[in-house]
Amino acid sequence: MKISLTVNGELRESEIEPRTLLVQYLRENLALTGTNIGCDTSSCGACSMHLNGEAVKSCTILAAQADGCNITTIEGLAKGGKMHPMQEAFMQNHGLQCGYCTPGMVMAAISLLEENANPTEDEVRVGLEGNLCRCTGYHNIIQSVLACAKGGN
Amino acid sequence: MKNSSTTTRSQSREVLGTSALRPDGVAKTQGDFAFSSDFQAENMLWGATLRSPHPHARIVSIDPTDAWRIPGVETIIFADDVPGQATYGLIASDQPVFAQNVVRYMGEPIAAVAADHPETCRRALAAIKIVYEELPVLFDMDLAIDPSTPPIHPDGNVFRHQRIISGDPDIVGDVIVEGTYDIGMQDQAFLGLEAALAYPDPGGAGVELVVATQWLHEDRKQIADCLGMAPEKVRLVLGGVGGAFGAREDISLQVHTCLLALRTGRPVKVQYSREESFFGHVHRHPGRIHLRHHADRNGKLLKVEGWMKLDGGAYASTSSAVLLNGITHLQGPYACDNSRLEAWATRTNNPPCGAMRGFGVVQACFAHEGQMDKLAVALGLSPVEVRLRNAMKTGDKLFTGQVVDSVAPVARCIRETDAIPLPAEPAYGTGSLELPGGSGRTSDPSHIRRGIGWGVSIKNLMYSEGFDDSAEARCTLADGVATLKFATAEVGQGFVVLAQQIARTILGVDTVVLDAIDTQIGSAGSTSASRQTWMSGGAVDGACRLVRERLFEQVAHVHNLNPLQLAVEGTDIVDTLGPLRVPVSEASKGLRIEETFLHRHRPTEELDENGQGNCHVAFAFVAHRAVVDVDTELGLVKVVQIATAQDVGQVLNPLTLLGQIEGGIAQGLGLAVMEEIVVDRGVVKNPSFTDYLLPTALDAPDVVAIPIEEYEPLAPLGAKGVGEPPCISVTPAIVAAIRNATGRDITRTPVRPQDICLPT
Ligand code: FES
Ligand code: FES
Repeated sequence: MKISLTVNGELRESEIEPRTLLVQYLRENLALTGTNIGCDTSSCGACSMHLNGEAVKSCTILAAQADGCNITTIEGLAKGGKMHPMQEAFMQNHGLQCGYCTPGMVMAAISLLEENANPTEDEVRVGLEGNLCRCTGYHNIIQSVLACAKGGN
Repeated sequence: MKNSSTTTRSQSREVLGTSALRPDGVAKTQGDFAFSSDFQAENMLWGATLRSPHPHARIVSIDPTDAWRIPGVETIIFADDVPGQATYGLIASDQPVFAQNVVRYMGEPIAAVAADHPETCRRALAAIKIVYEELPVLFDMDLAIDPSTPPIHPDGNVFRHQRIISGDPDIVGDVIVEGTYDIGMQDQAFLGLEAALAYPDPGGAGVELVVATQWLHEDRKQIADCLGMAPEKVRLVLGGVGGAFGAREDISLQVHTCLLALRTGRPVKVQYSREESFFGHVHRHPGRIHLRHHADRNGKLLKVEGWMKLDGGAYASTSSAVLLNGITHLQGPYACDNSRLEAWATRTNNPPCGAMRGFGVVQACFAHEGQMDKLAVALGLSPVEVRLRNAMKTGDKLFTGQVVDSVAPVARCIRETDAIPLPAEPAYGTGSLELPGGSGRTSDPSHIRRGIGWGVSIKNLMYSEGFDDSAEARCTLADGVATLKFATAEVGQGFVVLAQQIARTILGVDTVVLDAIDTQIGSAGSTSASRQTWMSGGAVDGACRLVRERLFEQVAHVHNLNPLQLAVEGTDIVDTLGPLRVPVSEASKGLRIEETFLHRHRPTEELDENGQGNCHVAFAFVAHRAVVDVDTELGLVKVVQIATAQDVGQVLNPLTLLGQIEGGIAQGLGLAVMEEIVVDRGVVKNPSFTDYLLPTALDAPDVVAIPIEEYEPLAPLGAKGVGEPPCISVTPAIVAAIRNATGRDITRTPVRPQDICLPT
């Protein structure tokens, strides 16, 4: 089947098999491998990206369902060679180790701040509950998000 | 995509001791970092593995006819298609690449297929007809030890039996406490699933494999043996590693992927799903430990006696080394002369177990810390006091006869942890997310009881028992830029930033380029056993020092000075006895100095039959205090705070260190209250992230961490490994806190709701 959607500001038209998951479409058809797969049960959040401006797990949506939608992945955040402040914050605050959860965390965290520009630490924890990290114990991730919210890195 | 990169930061120099930023941070936050699962190749095929649905069965027949008929299937391979050695293994080569006549665990590989699409692979696997004759399942450790049980493998049902007898094993204490402890099977659950891409050389003369692993050279050796090739025909490149924690020390998909590529003459990619990942790698050994502690009236430990049984599952992996670690750490971080201990690692039809962060010491610590609490009660002492009275010091002798010559600030770890303020008393509103149960919001604040518990541990660093361990690194200095080459697997721990910090500090350069991590240099050993800061850090340090010596010689020659009076100060070379000051960038202009250094630690010995011998290299210590809130009606636990003081030697990068401490604590929390692979007669019941639960941001406790910084003279950088200690004694501390809150004598971990709220 044919789908057309906007990915990172670019209109993409593709011929896909109807069973294709959105995350597979991004990774395999568009070679946007920044969005990771950590499970197949919608549990880990490694595949989070923005669908029409909201963080969504792309492993539980068919690419066909995203037809006509506007998608932003981790690759689409940096503008004009400048990192998104959330990316900068994760880097500066050691919000990552292996980095596998990082793209999903960053996407979820941006969404979180869009809903609540000045969250408390607890609100960040609740907001990121759907994103697993096995390496950091979350502290430096939460510090990164709080630092970004404060406008500093 | 760029995994190795350069960072230059001139504002503040990111030398040792600073929280220098990771060089891979930019790529990892931008989605540019290439994990092993991100690699693709032109003309690539996909591979997949057929696994046994039974824990123990005879393979009566295999019929792949229908699978071969599926369009897109390029090859199907079985045990007979393995050209070299039929088995592999880290210590004993006993695990078949593909099962031949018998399967010994659920998930054991039987065949692999390569096809044009993952879906074609799945259909092909489903079309292979196998007739099994199910065999009795050996799932019990005691039956495995019983010599009358028929062996399920030609090598027998016990991987290792070891005892330790020291001092006066017959001595009897004034106070004796006794307990039996059970530890569940934990999964490493790294987030980045197993994936590899193999490129065959023309004519099948060799193969290149991009893979996420902990130890490139050991993988290469085992792969080459199975392929029947010389090791130099097999080249490994580290694909980005999404966490490891021990689960990438053994072979999983490496041999299968190479075989499929060589057979088809095309690049082949294999990638596991989360479910397959649970079957595809080894887990932490579950076990049962029985201990009897003897003490005098003052609380001084007199003797530890008892036994430990760890279940290694179907194949050897590192079971014998895990068992050595287990039994030699049953003593805990406490001075004591007398012991009578015995331990077994068993072979059963359960999933194979091997390395996981803590490596046998996690199990031992859960038991000895339970015992210390019992001793405290029997003596009327506080948990802190009983531990302080027995705290090990430098110069104390272990049960093995080995003298602890590492820095050993056990008492200081305990005291500094004890001095950390306790969290505020709970003031829960109904529906508060901080309640036990989290977003489940099921707890009633009136049912909550708070508890406090302690755990202290000792952990050996590096490999043990005579293993000839080394790490190699190369440093090249040219025009003020240092380039480092090593095969050290960066799995997330941050060795890449440490290596740059070392080079900046020793050489006075700001720009440090990291070359690709692959087998084009000697082995760095495994990223495990808390060893890379010491081993590969020592190698990078050594290589940089050799380069600096040669640079000094050059500068001394030009200025007619003695090279011995030169030193690096910031980014300059200075004459310590005169006015000369020349920037390193200038002094190295037009030069190319290259040096390779092989770092070895001091040799160790095997244990004798009574468990005597200097089997370990060095030790690190840590204390944990846990505060928990328990809903005694529902059996739910919220870990409120973990206070910890860890013996780290020199701090090299404070934020990286904190990341290791906090990450390790979260994993230890997982083992304490949520993580367990449930196995019923060899059948795995919960191979998914919906049923195997990992700590989330809401489960992670508040952590207050104090690094105990005492320079370790044995270590090249004065720094101890810090990866494993954080996850060891935190588990018994949390379980002790739950005992304290509930008054229940809980003896297993993880603690399940029914262990708290149902009648025993
Ligand atoms: S891969 Fe989508 S939630 Fe895990
Ligand atoms: S950094 Fe490894 S999973 Fe989060």
